[in-house]
Formats: sequence, structure tokens, C-alpha cells
Amino acid sequence: MAGQTLYDKLWQQHVVESRDDGTALIYIDRHLLHEVTSPQAFEGLRLAGRKPWRLDANLAVPDHNVPTDSAERSGGVDGIVDPVSRLQVKTLDDNCGDFNIVEIPINDRRQGIVHVVGPEQGATLPGMTVVCGDSHTSTHGALGALAHGIGTSEVEHVLATQCLITRKMKNMLVRVDGKLQPGVSAKDVALAVIGRIGTAGGTGYAIEFGGEAVRGLTMEGRMTLCNMSIEAGARMGMIAVDDITIDYVRGRTYAPRGELWEQAVAAWRELHSDADAEFDTVIELRGEDIQPQVTWGTSPEMVLPVGGTVPDPEAQPTATAKEAVRRALEYMGLSAGQKITDIRPDRVFIGSCTNSRIEDLRAAADVVRGKKVAASIKQALVVPGSGEVKAQAEAEGLDRVFIDAGMEWREPGCSMCLAMNADKLGAGEHCASTSNRNFEGRQGFGGRTHLVSPAMAAAAAVAGHFVDVRTFAEDAQ
Amino acid sequence: MKAFTVHSGLAAPMDRANVDTDLIIPKQFLKSIKRSGFGPNLFDELRYLDEGQPGQDCSGRPLNPQFPLNLPRYAGASVLLARENFGCGSSREHAPWALEDYGFRCIIAPSFADIFFNNCFKNGVLPIALPAETVDSLFQAMYASEGYTLEIDLPEQVIRTPEGETIAFEVESFRKHCLLNGLDDIGLTLESADAIRAFEAQYRQRAPWLFGSIC
Repeated sequence: MAGQTLYDKLWQQHVVESRDDGTALIYIDRHLLHEVTSPQAFEGLRLAGRKPWRLDANLAVPDHNVPTDSAERSGGVDGIVDPVSRLQVKTLDDNCGDFNIVEIPINDRRQGIVHVVGPEQGATLPGMTVVCGDSHTSTHGALGALAHGIGTSEVEHVLATQCLITRKMKNMLVRVDGKLQPGVSAKDVALAVIGRIGTAGGTGYAIEFGGEAVRGLTMEGRMTLCNMSIEAGARMGMIAVDDITIDYVRGRTYAPRGELWEQAVAAWRELHSDADAEFDTVIELRGEDIQPQVTWGTSPEMVLPVGGTVPDPEAQPTATAKEAVRRALEYMGLSAGQKITDIRPDRVFIGSCTNSRIEDLRAAADVVRGKKVAASIKQALVVPGSGEVKAQAEAEGLDRVFIDAGMEWREPGCSMCLAMNADKLGAGEHCASTSNRNFEGRQGFGGRTHLVSPAMAAAAAVAGHFVDVRTFAEDAQ
Repeated sequence: MKAFTVHSGLAAPMDRANVDTDLIIPKQFLKSIKRSGFGPNLFDELRYLDEGQPGQDCSGRPLNPQFPLNLPRYAGASVLLARENFGCGSSREHAPWALEDYGFRCIIAPSFADIFFNNCFKNGVLPIALPAETVDSLFQAMYASEGYTLEIDLPEQVIRTPEGETIAFEVESFRKHCLLNGLDDIGLTLESADAIRAFEAQYRQRAPWLFGSIC
């Protein structure tokens, strides 16, 4: 019999009941909540007279609606100007209070984007099943966890039963062999994978990322990669536990200590695919081949190396593809054959659950240090992923680097990734964004998003147009 | 949840691939703490020419005359024909809430994104995946004939076309059972409460570090 994949092991360890119809009841170790997808779930519990099954499995934090402007932020929940956003954040506070769920509130130093906060606090650990009413829950798979997004009905289901009714996915291995070039980051790997398999390529699969280039990533980089599994269609992405994982988890607030730590580490060491494990699909990339990536269209699969040119709709193989490219170019205000490096962003956004961790901010700061944002850039926002990231960045002086370059240093939250707060694009504006989705209107009505790595966003901010950060860095020397 | 048995309804097109949930219901409407009332903002950015705001009365907003759902021939549609990878992106359940609130009970497409597909079943909306050629022929027949109505028979797992054709479809048995009876699956899971408790007791022995850290 073939060995087990990492996903097989995680699945097997959490099956409460297997049913004849192929579904199973799966136990959930950690449930993260935020203000947008939880109010209706709490309301459902109330209407049915139900209580949370296990309080200590839950952790809540507001992130989507919170203002990132420090003046507005200083007023806490009551200071949120938009009354609809204020009510939603307040509702999370009230629900957590009513149901005794631990919440990290808006102006707590630990507050931040739920997918930054979970690992940072040790609230998400290797071997766990982790769910949240947010598709980027795949992020936590970087720790060797089975982590995926759920809808609000399932948020209610997990609160009430500590379980999910689900069905096992197929196994996909995405192996990136070799080494990444300097200036090429986990974000570029994620976009290159999506460019290869498409936004539905991972549908029905759990992805495991492996290979030398993946093992060489820091935990921050691994989280970036797993975060964007959903943009490849896979609900979950994961990476085997190794020393990098364990060193990251050690000493975090909610991580085990003492004897429990030793016991946990022994179990976590088993969290890798067996050498003879079989995957349903294997995708192989060479690390050396991956170039800095820039999306040009309205789907993350519409992506090219920075040296590329915008595609021609007529060159597409099918009528649907022709129409999709034509429509994307029209929305994006681009023409076939245009060089990626000729695209001029109006705004720059460095942040989001994909790229707002300390390593991301360091990479961006390294590019802009001692330079100025181009005059054509209306705004360059840097939004740290959490209060802890913000404090660390300030201790390293990164805030000064950004401010001196003409960028804005903000308070933590989801911000312009999905523009539920005041941070948004105007119609027709192009944005060099380190976020995860370039859908129509995602960053603001009529806004035009180009997904890039933090270093690429920073380079575009300085140059005023997209530029290959590898040569940009050399030119600067 | 509304039960779904046999549904007969007018078909309407959403004729593009990779329709994401941001497009189905834009983010500003996610600020609502309710589960209903999203119908007027379904496909907001395609349907109207202006930028919609939460809580706004949509009746006076300028409609996009090009958008199919604004055409008289598709008024009252309850079956949506769509293309590959429908519902990709964000996990927001507001997407099926908006579709259901608008009046759609069934979505037919060659493929769906996993989370969206799952969310539909929780809300009395039946997503049906059919081969791309079959979906394409339904699109062509719908475009060719105004008032194109499909009958979706969940107990029999068939779609009946006006031409008298029957198209079989797959649906997982547990999901079918819940839809047919309009069942709340939390209640069903709680019937396994003893099994959950038993699992938890042995799991606590096996992985004690997973319990009690957050309190």
C-alpha cells in the first residue's frame, strides 16, 4: 500500500465519523472569526437557542472593516466613521461578549488580519484543522495544518458542533525544485503556479507545496504561497513541518510549553508526506525559471513575467478565452502588445493577508530605502498585517524608510485588498498591489489591480511604472 | 432553509467564465449583519451604471441596458446558466444569499468553485455541473427562444428542456437529502453528539496541547 500524503494524515487524524455516502464528520481544532462573515452565524445560534460547543477553540479579531488611518483608528470602534462598518465591528464585540468567545479587539496591540494574527500568536499550530469564514484561511496550511475557508452557515455549524460535514479532496503536489533567483519571492512562485494551472486548476484538490525552493522559504514566504492556493482553485494548500516550522512556533503566546511542547513537536515531526505517497496530480516547476510576476487582467491567472507583453485576444485558442481577454483588456484599459513595464500605477498598496508580514515589509523597505516615490504616484500605502508586525517594523526603523520615501505608514487591517474600509481605488486607477485578487472592482469601483510581490510594488512606486526588481536593484547600486 | 424538489423556471444567462463572488456581490454590501436583502445588489457592478451603496434604494439607480438580467425577456428568471469556474474567489456566503434573494433557485454551469458550490446547498440553491458542451447547447437554445423555461427535477435528478429533452445530473446523496427536506444540517450533526464527545475524549489524550490554550 502506498504511503500517506500530509493531507491524508491530517484528514485521518480528524475523522469523527465516516459515512457511507463518502462524506465525513471532521473535527475542527481552531476556528477563527472576523466581523464580516460571523454576525449571521451568531444570529443563527441565538434563533436556535444553541451555544458554542467548545469556547477555547475559537478566536476572533476584527480586520476587514477597521480604519487604517491613525486618527480615525485612535477612536476605537466608536471612532469608525462609516456607520455600517462601525455596526459590524461592534456586532463582533457584542457577539464575542454574549457567547464568551475570546476576541482581540480593534486597538489591542495583537490585532491584525486574522491570517497574520493566527500563526503569529501561536493560535494556529501544526497538525490542526483550522477554519475561518474567509477563503484565505489556506494561509495556515504553511504550518503543516489542514486549513480552509468556509461559508457563514459552516461558521455556525462549527460553533455549534465543533465539526464540519465534508468530503475528502484529491491530492495535488506542486513541487518547485531548484532555487529562486534573488529578487524572486514566494508571491512570484504563487502567481507562477496560478499562471500555470489556472484559477480552477486546483478545484477539488488539497495542494501540498514541496521541493527545494519551497523548503527554502521562511514561514512568512510559506504563508504567502499557501495563502494563494485559493486563487489556484484549491480550498487548501499546505507545507510539511520541518525545523523552520518548529522554530517559528516556539515561544508564541498560545503555543504549548514545557513537556507539552516536547510532546507536540514529536507529533509534528510526522507531518510530512511519506516517501512513497501517491498524489493524484503532480505539477513541477523549476525555481530558477520563475521571474517576477505581474498580473495584467481581471483574474489571477492573467499573469506574466515582468518582461512580458499584454496578450492579444485574437491569439487565444477558444471563443470564451478570446472574449475573456478582450473584456479584461477593456476593463483594465490596456491594449494587446503593450509592455508590462509600460504600465504606470496610480497607487501602490503593500499589505493584505498575502504580503503584510515583517519579511514583506523588509523586502519593500530594502527597495525604497533612500529613494522617493515617483511624482506620478497618487498614494503609496504600507499597511502592516498586525500590531505586532507594526511594532517590529518600527523597531527596525522601516516606518521611517517608508515615510521618508513618501509612503503612508498605516494601522493594521485588510485595507485596500478588498476596500471595505476607506482605503480604495478610484475608477480607472491602476494599482501595484501585493494583495491576492485582481477581480473587477475588488479594490474599488472601476479600480484596476496588478498583483505583484512587495519588492515589485516598491520598485514600481519609485520608478512610476512596473520594473524588474532584479535589475532595478542593480541599477540603484 | 427552503426545500427544493421540482422547480420550473425561466433561464437567464451569465455568459462569462470565472465569475467571482466579488462580481456576484461586491464587498460594500458585506457590511450587512443580516442574511437577507442582498437580491437588489446581485451583480451590482454589472447591473447598474453607478456605484452602489449599502442600504440604498436601488429602484432609482441607472440600469446597464446591456446586462442580460435587465432585459424584459429575462425578468423573473430563476435558473441561471453560467460558464466555467462559477463562484470563484472569496468564500462569502452573501453570494448564494444574493442569488437566492433575487430569485435564483438553480445554477447550471460546467464547473463551480468548491466553497461557493458548498455554500449554495446550505441555502436551498441547487448548483448543477454539466459537461461544457451540454451547457453550451442550453445557452444556444435559450438565446434562440424567448421564455426558455427549464424544469429541474431533483428527486429524479433530471433537467427537462422545452424541447422535451431530459438531461441527467449528479448530486451527492447527503446534499440531495438535505435539499429535498429543507434540513438544517446542524441538527443532523448534533445527532452525532456522542460520537463527537467520544472523539474529543480520546483526542484530548492524544494531543492535549490543542485544548485549553485560548480562554
